[in-house]
Amino acid sequence: MTDENYDDEEIVLSELNDEELVQQMHDDLYDGMKEEIEEGTQILLERDWSAERVLNEALVAGMKIVGIDFRDGILFVPEVLLAANAMKGGMAILEPLLAESGVEPKGKMVIGTVKGDIHDIGKNLVAMMMEGAGFEVVDIGINNSVEDYLAALEEHKPDILGMSALLTTTMPYMKVVIDEMVKRSIRDDYIVLVGGAPLNEEFGQAVGADAYCRDAAQAAQMAPLLLHNRQAARG
Amino acid sequence: MADATLLIACGALAREVMALKKQYQAIDLKLICLDAKLHNTPAQITEKLRQKIQAHRAKHTRILIGYADCGTGGDIDRLIESERAYGEIARLPGAHCYEFYAGTKHFQQLADEEPGTFYLTDFLVRHFQTLVIDALKLDLHPQLLGQYFKHYRRVVYLSQVLDPELQIRARSAADRLGLHFEQVHCGYGLLEGVVVQTIETGYEDQTDHRLLA
Repeated sequence: MTDENYDDEEIVLSELNDEELVQQMHDDLYDGMKEEIEEGTQILLERDWSAERVLNEALVAGMKIVGIDFRDGILFVPEVLLAANAMKGGMAILEPLLAESGVEPKGKMVIGTVKGDIHDIGKNLVAMMMEGAGFEVVDIGINNSVEDYLAALEEHKPDILGMSALLTTTMPYMKVVIDEMVKRSIRDDYIVLVGGAPLNEEFGQAVGADAYCRDAAQAAQMAPLLLHNRQAARG
Repeated sequence: MADATLLIACGALAREVMALKKQYQAIDLKLICLDAKLHNTPAQITEKLRQKIQAHRAKHTRILIGYADCGTGGDIDRLIESERAYGEIARLPGAHCYEFYAGTKHFQQLADEEPGTFYLTDFLVRHFQTLVIDALKLDLHPQLLGQYFKHYRRVVYLSQVLDPELQIRARSAADRLGLHFEQVHCGYGLLEGVVVQTIETGYEDQTDHRLLA
């Protein structure tokens, strides 16, 4: 095959078998091709795939690859955002079907960035991946004070609290929130996950979080395990 | 015999340090710079610094790290702690270059007043296209602008020199991002004091130990 022929070759998604189509959707997610992801999602549904299976095998699995390459410095924030936008296109098609199927959420998470921090790209990715992992997510936005977090915990009664910060100057506020939870004897009622570019595992332990999540995919992977362990421990 | 102070700095400070060296005739202060693009990938800064320190520490009695914490989450401070056994070493104060230009108190005021502040320095104005527009791929994907900057309200240009052309370019950068523009002239801020102190008496440790807590 010549390069010229290769360049002219157009992939017709509907002509691919299931395995090829899922692989192609992983590639399209990686390249941030929203329309192709929407089309691929529709095709799989028309082939009687359940919404949950499309979500897990085509979208979430593809986004995990994006997450790994972001962590390894192969992809950068713009590519991850484009991939996330593509995934959202697919999820918008799946969400009504998932709701209709009556699948119980695996758990509930309240998530927001800490006081003084308006950077929400990472937080939004975590929210999206957590939804993809079957969690109900209550996103309380940016610049949250202790009072904001506590009010959201009281109102929504989640299993998990997620706090995010991009700035070295704002990340210590996570300890302020956790200390207040301890003071009010509600710390152990929740799993607390923390994340953000300048954080690390040592910091997560120092502030008293249950876990530090280095990226959105890891948060979505870790959350069900921590929830399961907590439920098992409580009998 | 070991030379005097070595300053291993972010490339974003090169022009400013050179200006201070010239102003104070600090011919004994040796400057080595790392690529300023590391600003966008802070996880790589500490290892690059480690390599430079280890390559040069035998030749210098004092090493000054020309970085603030710069998004490394305390990693630069941990590196400095581990290198102390080999000689005098410290870094610039604060969390970001914005902070040591504006001064800690003033920077905190600016951040408290409006958390949605995007800061520019002379360096960032000069390299706005490369380090912001190109790095964020905004020319290729203008639809991402809203996702990056939706919570920002203003640009504060912390200027080092009063240059009308840079002022125009800074204002134009704010327009490009769709943000209100303000300029605060800081000069070289704490950088000047640190460089002068290094030349005259040796550097006093100003590590932000809060980051190590």
